[in-house]
Formats: sequence, C-alpha cells, structure tokens
Amino acid sequence: MGSGGVARERGGARRRMADAVLFEFLHTEMVAELWAPDPDPGSGGKKKSLSVLEGLGFRVGQALGERLPRETLAVREELDALKFLCKDLWAATFQKHMDGLRTNHQGTYVLQDNNFPLLITMGSGSQYLEEAPKFLAFTCGLLCGALHTLGFQSLVTASVTSLPACKFQVVIQKS
Amino acid sequence: MAVCIAVIAKENYPLYIRSTPTENELKFHYMVHTSLDVVDEKISAMGKALVDQRELYLGLLYPTEDYKVYGYVTNSKVKFVMVVDSSNTALRDNEIRSMFRKLHNSYTDVMCNPFYNPGDRIQSRAFENMVTSMMIQVC
Repeated sequence: MGSGGVARERGGARRRMADAVLFEFLHTEMVAELWAPDPDPGSGGKKKSLSVLEGLGFRVGQALGERLPRETLAVREELDALKFLCKDLWAATFQKHMDGLRTNHQGTYVLQDNNFPLLITMGSGSQYLEEAPKFLAFTCGLLCGALHTLGFQSLVTASVTSLPACKFQVVIQKS
Repeated sequence: MAVCIAVIAKENYPLYIRSTPTENELKFHYMVHTSLDVVDEKISAMGKALVDQRELYLGLLYPTEDYKVYGYVTNSKVKFVMVVDSSNTALRDNEIRSMFRKLHNSYTDVMCNPFYNPGDRIQSRAFENMVTSMMIQVC
C-alpha cells in the first residue's frame, strides 16, 4: 500500500481516489465471478446470480445503515430516509451525491445518477447496454439494505438508457 | 456502573440482556420490559414536537426505590436500556451518555460483523467484554 501512503500525505482528495478504486475493482471481480454462464440454458441461472449480488449488497447496506447516520435522530419519515441515501450513503460509497431525486409522493422514488462511478469505466453511450444491469445489482441491494435498517421495506430496481447515467427506482412497501 | 444492560431490537424482543448475577434476574428482565413502554412514549413525543434535532439519548426513563432506568434509541430503532443502582449517586448524566455511546459503537461493530445475522442474539465476545467493563464488579 505504498502508493496509498504517499497519496495520503499529499492531501485528502488524492487519498479518497486511492480508496475508491479498490472497491470498484472488487466489485468488477464480484460481478465477473458470480456471473458464470449457466450450462442449463433458459433456466433461472441468470436470475440466481443477480440475486446473489443483491443479497451481498443488502447485507452491506444493513451494516452501512447502522454505521453512517450521525449522532442525532435524523430519519423521521420516508423522505428523510431517501435524502440520507442520496447524500450520506452515496457520498460514503461513491464519493459524490445523487444527481436527482424525484417522487410521486405515494411511496415511489426515482434516484438519478448521471455519472455512476461503477459504470464510468465501461464507456459512454449505448454500447454495453445489455451488460449494465448486472453491475447495478449490488447497488440495488445496498439501497434496499440501508432502507431496511432505517425501518422501511422496499423494492429497488435499476435501469440504464445511456451509460454512465442510471436510475434507481425505489418503491416503499406499506406493511 | 450498571447493574443491568439490555439491547432490544426494533420489534421489541431482546437481542442481549445481562444483569449482575447475584440479584434476581427476572426482576431486571421485568423492569426492562416495562421500560419499553416509556421508551415508545418518548419516541412518539419527539416525533410530534417541532424540534430540528432529536437526540438519541432518552435520559432517565423512570426511577424506582432502588434503581434508575435510562434509555437510548438508535436510528435503526434499536433500544438500549440501562439499569443503575440508585445509591450510586456519583454517576452523572455525562457518564451515562458516554456509556451509551460506547454501547452504540460496540453494537455498530457487531452489526458490521459478517458472521452476525441481523436479528439474532448477540454472542460476540468483544461486545460481552465491553459490557463487563461497564457492569458492577461482583466478587
């Protein structure tokens, strides 16, 4: 970790770049590993590995949801939880804020990120569009897990129309 | 120094409860159980008040003849309840707050432990040691 140490001396921003890329590499390998082509065509092979990635993200999200909120009781209602996701969670994981948050005020939220760090390395535009969803599965689980710790059951799906921008749709389930 | 420390999940079942062994444990379990009502009251009262900042530390929940019960709630609605001896007047609010902060940090560490399933009873030795350091030393 020699280069990491030198970066730390130079300044806070450099240090964060070195830390961030470790997670990106790990994530890329996770997707490559869990996305083994299924020998049985047409079965639930593809879906199975996506749900494993989502499960991983869920557990990480649960832990982050416990560790990240500050001392004060910040989450009073749904919108506070979503704001926490867009600001604190996104800043801690991807070193940036979410670019847009829209809601229909009935439990559905659309989180828009115009420059998603895990997709930037894949190129921009419509190339690799079919490959993009599996790189978003972990992050969907992350959002779901963090919301679960804060007390909200949710369903999170992701969609990409043009790399590296993507949208996460969060539907809060009323119990 | 506490005589009983409990961690209650958001569904109101205990994740961890420990009391000094010489006393009747059931008495403390019952005390913690009744204090949950007071905790819920305080949480809903905070929700209605138009305060910008809400504290995690709930303060003294209720005093009895021999004991005082303090409460703390986290952002994930996990509650910590601590019972201290009333005769121990040296224990100040700040000390109770710092004990709760230590509890919260340890609980967060337990949550981040990959071998821990959220919702299970806490069996981490590190957590046990931290709680031991906060409880009255008997024998």
